[in-house]
Amino acid sequence: MVRCFLIHTVCPVSALSAGESRVLYSRVFGPDDGVLSERHRELSPEERRLLQKEKVAAVARQVRSAVSLSRESSGRLIVETMPGEENLALQDADCGVVRLRAGDPFSEETSALWLGVQSLGFTLVCEPHENLLLAEGTLRNLTRHCLEHLHMLGQGSEVLLKSNRIDVLLSRLLPHGQLLFLNHRFAQSLEKEVAAYMAK
Amino acid sequence: MYSHASESLIKQAREIQESELQKFYSRLMKMLQGKELGHDTVDSLQRLHLILSATKYTRTLPLELQKRFVALLSSPAEQHQVLSAAVLRETLPLTGQELNYNHQLNSHAAGLLLSQAVSRGDLSSLCTQLLRNLESRPSEGPTHSLMHTLPVLNSVLTHSPECLSEDQMTLVSKKLVDWLRYASVMQGVGTSSGGFFTGPRSRQPVPIAELDGSVSGDFFTVLCVGQGFTEDQWMNVYSFSMLRHWLLTYHSSCSTTVDADDRSEVDGSVVSMVSATSSSSRLLPPKERLREKAFQYCQRLIEQSDRKAHKKTDTELQKACLVEAVCILDCVCVEDASLVYRTFPCIKALFGRLSSELSYARVLLPIAQFYLNHGEIAAVDCENVWKVVFGRFPTELFNDPFLAHELLRFLRLNLESIELRVPQYTRYFPNLLKFLAWDSPAMVDDFVDLLPSMVTTGTAVELLHTLLDLPCLSATLVLQHRSTCLPISEPVGRSFVSLDAFRNPSFRGLFLFLLRTEAGSGDTMDRLSTLHELLVEAADWPRVTQCARTVPVLLHVFFNTIVTIADEKLLAHLILVLLERSSLLLNIPAYIKEIHRVFSCHLLRLCKLHPSLVVNQSHELLEFAGSTANVYSKEELYTHVVWVLGEYLSVSCDSRCSVSLITSCFEALEAVLFEITSSAPPTGMVCPAPKVINTLMSALAKLASRSHDLIPRVSLFLSKLRTVTRSGSVAWCSDEEDLVAIVTRGEELWSLLKAPGVAQSVLTPPPHVIAPQWHRDTNVALPLQLRALTSLTHSQ
Repeated sequence: MVRCFLIHTVCPVSALSAGESRVLYSRVFGPDDGVLSERHRELSPEERRLLQKEKVAAVARQVRSAVSLSRESSGRLIVETMPGEENLALQDADCGVVRLRAGDPFSEETSALWLGVQSLGFTLVCEPHENLLLAEGTLRNLTRHCLEHLHMLGQGSEVLLKSNRIDVLLSRLLPHGQLLFLNHRFAQSLEKEVAAYMAK
Repeated sequence: MYSHASESLIKQAREIQESELQKFYSRLMKMLQGKELGHDTVDSLQRLHLILSATKYTRTLPLELQKRFVALLSSPAEQHQVLSAAVLRETLPLTGQELNYNHQLNSHAAGLLLSQAVSRGDLSSLCTQLLRNLESRPSEGPTHSLMHTLPVLNSVLTHSPECLSEDQMTLVSKKLVDWLRYASVMQGVGTSSGGFFTGPRSRQPVPIAELDGSVSGDFFTVLCVGQGFTEDQWMNVYSFSMLRHWLLTYHSSCSTTVDADDRSEVDGSVVSMVSATSSSSRLLPPKERLREKAFQYCQRLIEQSDRKAHKKTDTELQKACLVEAVCILDCVCVEDASLVYRTFPCIKALFGRLSSELSYARVLLPIAQFYLNHGEIAAVDCENVWKVVFGRFPTELFNDPFLAHELLRFLRLNLESIELRVPQYTRYFPNLLKFLAWDSPAMVDDFVDLLPSMVTTGTAVELLHTLLDLPCLSATLVLQHRSTCLPISEPVGRSFVSLDAFRNPSFRGLFLFLLRTEAGSGDTMDRLSTLHELLVEAADWPRVTQCARTVPVLLHVFFNTIVTIADEKLLAHLILVLLERSSLLLNIPAYIKEIHRVFSCHLLRLCKLHPSLVVNQSHELLEFAGSTANVYSKEELYTHVVWVLGEYLSVSCDSRCSVSLITSCFEALEAVLFEITSSAPPTGMVCPAPKVINTLMSALAKLASRSHDLIPRVSLFLSKLRTVTRSGSVAWCSDEEDLVAIVTRGEELWSLLKAPGVAQSVLTPPPHVIAPQWHRDTNVALPLQLRALTSLTHSQ
């Protein structure tokens, strides 16, 4: 299962300190990590929500750090692409995976797969024993759809103001965090539904 | 991509004033009164969501508004469901709020319930509701109305497998079997692209096809295509997607023992008979039936993956299916070992097909796992598998981050088993370290966990050399990578020398040694200094500097491990390596200093554990300590070498320590001390720190206290020191305070040496004095005893 999906910055943001990342979209799947464990049973719902937000921010920070180290070592220059060149942007994107140890921040060990498209990172946090090949393909697919449907290569803020589109995208391609084995025909069918929703 | 506009939107959302927010709430309340939600309402709802989610502190909605959202969750329009679920996710659930369980839960409402569950009870109720809907659903209904059932169920399983009762598990097992094995083999009606045909067209039912276009001859799987899909075909996809997790959760070996008690003897014999053949399994209990069907499904997938798919995304899906299929087969074989004989031929054939294809490397890892788990039972030779996984993958695919992650994870999770069944694993460390050398930040965590398993007494020295040369390996991999890429991508002049050297036949041997796959062909190379010179420009390559930063960490892990398994002979050899390599490191400024610091720390530790090492290696240690140049270029390490000499070169540590040894050590140190305190440091060097000089003086004093004839020589030096420093500043010490500290120390030692008998016990106290003894020490024991007696007798 996928624990969460995030879209966050991987470039320096003026309002934040050097290693921080601004989370633009986050969706955590499933019941809260702490609810069923002994440690956090006494927390109020407010505290639990706060804890969850902190965990998501921790993941974003770690991925940001991994992305900048990876870009530094590969020495590749980040090329800005124009709206309409989503496929090119995706091809040029760097990718990797970060091992998140048990407790940091989720109670068991997880793997954070990331795709760095210019100044933004798209991250999928997977549980152990997850099929990472499938996860990688799903992440690329999700990223491509996000870039296209939310016009993310432009200067707009649709990722913030039209997040319900991402919710619907996830409900089809990654329902409740379930990775799906979709061949091109199944995928087409789901993508048609998503497109129909977006047209409204 | 990320603009100032977005940044300011978030800022606005966070800083919205309470009064403005309340006005917004009332406006929203009015907008939501109508049945239809116009564009303005949708936009406002999105803004509300942004306001709520932009801050980590929870905002509470007015009760009426929140209730309205709850009602909106069951609206038939998906947009309403999505928006209300998104908003409600960001607020606290109403106390006593209960979503009406009688309605069929849509996917978004189910997701909300899942995220707001606070107890196992909540999750159980959700499962019960979903399964009830599954059983009693009407035959007509929107196609996707129940597809979220399995994902939600799977999500609950992850966190709380006990939420399903036995009956519910049986129900789900039966349904899974139906969907996996008995889904329709005819294509569904194509989703209309809108347009010309208004009524249902009567068509001949068309069978499903394979990915290469041919007509499918067997049951439906995720690798089958059609113009459209029936509901059970969709459920086939959802079922397979969660199958592995289901099997791992409910079919692990401990749960089967519980079932064994319930099964009658007849059933037991039926099970074993049927497992051995693949005939009809209708007589099996649901769990075993599911296992059998899962087995068949996976075998079919493996077969289907051999077909040439028309689309690239489908080829990638085939790879993912192979991984999943092999993992599931592994899982069912762990559960029922008799299936191994049926499975192995298929796995073996798959390995044969894919072992030479680098693009299928990630599929080979689950295959390796299968061999590891079941190879012994099936008495299959696994040698080739390990040659590929340890010998080939790191060599050719060191720059694939996903393969690296998965391979290292495989090692970590199976370490015990690998150490037992694949003893040659420890020889492959030069190859495995390539992953680290290429992408240190991502891999260092895994290597901190794995390195202890790679430390063996046979390869320890070679491993130490390899770790110290990791930055060189990193540079070599970069050169190798560049060498295979187009040369035009490189700006002219950059890395000209090193790339040339890499391609030069006379230096080939050096690089080939670094790139070796197995240990055992030699501890290190002869021409290390040549190599370092060739790679001098690599010192500022980011990959190399990142790698250099991880070496100290790994050295600590190495030394922490080696002290637990090495004998004194090996430790002595390691000390020699330390001394030798301290001047043979790739010249990255912070790197050399850090390595010296690590060396110092562990030299100290080793000598403390085995003091006789100092006498053993006295020759090399003295050679090091007697060289004045080392004071300036390796100050930290030098200080520690002098300290261990002073501390442990004594008869009490090793009976072979002779007077002549002490004397020759004394003379060597004395000479250095004279030299560094009589002239300014050589050009380009800084003055030696007071610590060095103090350590030298203390060492001399300690040695003198063991061989009293040397005392006059020390006293002479110390008095000379006092005289020289009285006349003001000196060339070898820049700071006034430092000089005072040195002189004070000198005077302390001088006065101590005036009473030689005392000097020895003060400077090198015997162990029983410095180890705390508490009640065993007669001086401390008496007060403790008295206090205990007092508290017992005065019982008020």
